[in-house]
Amino acid sequence: MTATAVKSDVRRRWAGENSENTTRNLVLLGVLAALIAIGAITRPQLYSDSTWVWNNVLSILQLASVIGVVTVGMTFVIIGGGIDLSVGAIVALAGVWATTVATQSFGAGGMIFTAVAVGLGVGLVNGLLIAYGKLVPFIATLAMLVAARGLAAQISGKQTQISESAVINGIASTKILGIPLLVYILAVVAAAGWVLLNRTTFGRRTVAVGGNAEAARLAGIDIKRHTMLLYGLSGLCCGLAAIMLTSQATSAQAAMANLYELDAIAAAIIGGTLLSGGRGTIVGSLLGVIIFATITNLFAINGLSTEAQNMVKGGIIIAAVLVQQFRFDAVTRLLGRIRN
Amino acid sequence: MTADVVLRLTDLVKTFPGVRALDGVQLEVRAGEVHCLLGQNGAGKSTLIKVLAGVHRPDEGVVEWLGEPVAFANPQAAMKAGIATIYQELDLVEDLTVAENVFLGHEPRRAGFVRRGHAAARTREILGRLGHGEIPPRRPVHKLQAAAKQIVSMARALSHDARLLIMDEPSAVLAHDEVANLFRIIRELTAQGIAVVYISHRLEEIRTIGDRVTVLKDGRTTAAGLPAAQTPTAELVSRMTGRTIEYVFPPRPPEKTGQKELLRVVNLSRGGEFSGVSLTVAAGEIVGIAGLVGSGRSELLETVYGARRPDAGTVTVDGRRLTPGSVGAAVRAGLGMAPEERKSQALLLGEPIYRNVTLSTFTRLARFGFTSARRERESAGRVTRSLDLRPADVDRRVRTLSGGNQQKVVVGRWLLGGTRLLILDEPTRGVDVGARAELYRVIRDLAADGVGVLLVSSEVPEVLGLADRVLVMREGRLVRTAAAGELDEDTVLDLVMAGSLMEGAPA
Repeated sequence: MTATAVKSDVRRRWAGENSENTTRNLVLLGVLAALIAIGAITRPQLYSDSTWVWNNVLSILQLASVIGVVTVGMTFVIIGGGIDLSVGAIVALAGVWATTVATQSFGAGGMIFTAVAVGLGVGLVNGLLIAYGKLVPFIATLAMLVAARGLAAQISGKQTQISESAVINGIASTKILGIPLLVYILAVVAAAGWVLLNRTTFGRRTVAVGGNAEAARLAGIDIKRHTMLLYGLSGLCCGLAAIMLTSQATSAQAAMANLYELDAIAAAIIGGTLLSGGRGTIVGSLLGVIIFATITNLFAINGLSTEAQNMVKGGIIIAAVLVQQFRFDAVTRLLGRIRN
Repeated sequence: MTADVVLRLTDLVKTFPGVRALDGVQLEVRAGEVHCLLGQNGAGKSTLIKVLAGVHRPDEGVVEWLGEPVAFANPQAAMKAGIATIYQELDLVEDLTVAENVFLGHEPRRAGFVRRGHAAARTREILGRLGHGEIPPRRPVHKLQAAAKQIVSMARALSHDARLLIMDEPSAVLAHDEVANLFRIIRELTAQGIAVVYISHRLEEIRTIGDRVTVLKDGRTTAAGLPAAQTPTAELVSRMTGRTIEYVFPPRPPEKTGQKELLRVVNLSRGGEFSGVSLTVAAGEIVGIAGLVGSGRSELLETVYGARRPDAGTVTVDGRRLTPGSVGAAVRAGLGMAPEERKSQALLLGEPIYRNVTLSTFTRLARFGFTSARRERESAGRVTRSLDLRPADVDRRVRTLSGGNQQKVVVGRWLLGGTRLLILDEPTRGVDVGARAELYRVIRDLAADGVGVLLVSSEVPEVLGLADRVLVMREGRLVRTAAAGELDEDTVLDLVMAGSLMEGAPA
């Protein structure tokens, strides 16, 4: 292949799916810029203080980091054609389990291992019910949402469990080069997720199973096993998030990570993950997380209630889905017209 | 016969993305006649019904109903106008009662309350008119037999004062004597001036009940209003299959003998689909199965491939038994399949060509779980070049390809090494003439390389022209096995179609 041929080849590749993703990500960046502008306009006195601005950026990122880790797992589940409503409950259960007196006696390592193992285990149970028990993902994970929070309340006796581990508690307060360690953790998880989705057979199977499960099955892919693993991955991410959140609060309780499922699903959808499966990007989901965190922050610095915040968030989710559907229909119609 | 024309369709066109489902349909239905619609699968019958029922709106052409051009906005509008449709899968609500189903959506009401007694009484009266006064109006529909459910569907149509009744393969769910009863009811309805559009694959039924026949082929009317009783079978068949397609088969290689047996299927059965099927395929042999839709042929192929679990019987490859119901085991043993519904069963339409070609091999091309786009593109490129896929750009999304090229992608998937037996279900459906010839050549070349091929086609000439050995399948059983040279088209068509449920039933 000559150099020009390579160049045109690259250009064409960019003109396809990639440009679609790039366009969407640029739009999301635009939305983010608009949100920041709204913040600057509504609270000019805050934004005139550069220290405050930097701290605010950090607080947005810190807020985004826990949800972000959950969203990476959620993105895989949705691309694979499913949904996981139990992520918030898994975070709570993993956090509570990791902070019991018995677990804490094993030290930070034991706590981290417990959180991750509990997350993975619960996720695999979800997957088992959905892939082999043939339960609808919505129902299976809804039931898990209730059950896992129930178990968390049972274990903790509805008490807040203080983390005594200096190592765990230090994670959230540690900064490297002025940036919180939690943000680095998100970056590593997201990078690993990107590689997993785009460069491994696991990622390819995810796209295939979500894009056309029957085609994947007839091509010899074990779609049941893969579906189970996807929910396991989501649970694993929840286990990591549980440690991060426990570290932030230096404690865990059954009510923690409330409505994280909503934020994670919303972030994935805003980021362009197709709810019907088969398409989605980690970068898009990350932008979705940051946009959502910025909105939360916007409400906080303007002293607005969480109730108002929740109403707006609900509206945004509906708007994102509507935009997705509209665009999908429009594209389908356009293709039909071109063909004729 | 100068009866009033109730329905006239002129140059009806309906397109969906990528398909011209209806491409110039003419149809004229008179009051009080049974007008049969005949056509192979994919000829456009279902689309036509849906246009008449108000589910789809035509892109071009005129629908005249009772002398006036109409455009039904939705199924309710069509029903209100007097066109009732009885689909093959009866659309009854199983948990409601007979009367509730009959008056679903137009319940007799007083001050917002359903007049249940009145509805029951009127249902009883309508059922009586249909000769089935014994069906209790208050019984839940799920407790009824299939034949009785069909009567309920018809009662629903009559409750709307339908003047045209469209019936999509109504006999498919019925037993012998029930079909005779259905015909009696249809005659009573037509005697009242109601027109019936009757769809069936079974020529014998059409001869018995039909007045006139319209034949569809590839979305076009190829014959309109032929007399149902007198038109010779040969003419109907030729209008259906349409000798418009020139079958260009590569020359048959000299018969190979002593080839090793590759696949052996013994007594394979699956409830309600097929039973007691035994067959073999040798290395380098092409075995063709001829049979109608509904004969159990696709189900058989999917079961051999492990996509369905058999009730009984075994599948062995090279003398080793395959795990029943496991596609993975079949693929590992060297089986590959191109299923009937390319788009829904085989392709990731939004993904590029190369990822579709490597869908069953990307794991093998990967190292330590990391996929290699370079190796995948190279492999896919080799395949697309050898199949002369156009466009050759492996990064194009599959959605943008023509039917023939999409099929090459699916077949090409199994050329990436390791496939020893290829199962092809309707390999040339929706594939244009040029691409057909290429696909035939590809299949022959594969066989010449020692790959065994098991294929199904509803187009008899295709089976005869391509296969070395032909199996004829009818109603879930193999009824004839012979070398392709020993059979001709008429014999096979006879075997495939003759055995209708009407055999021996009173005419």
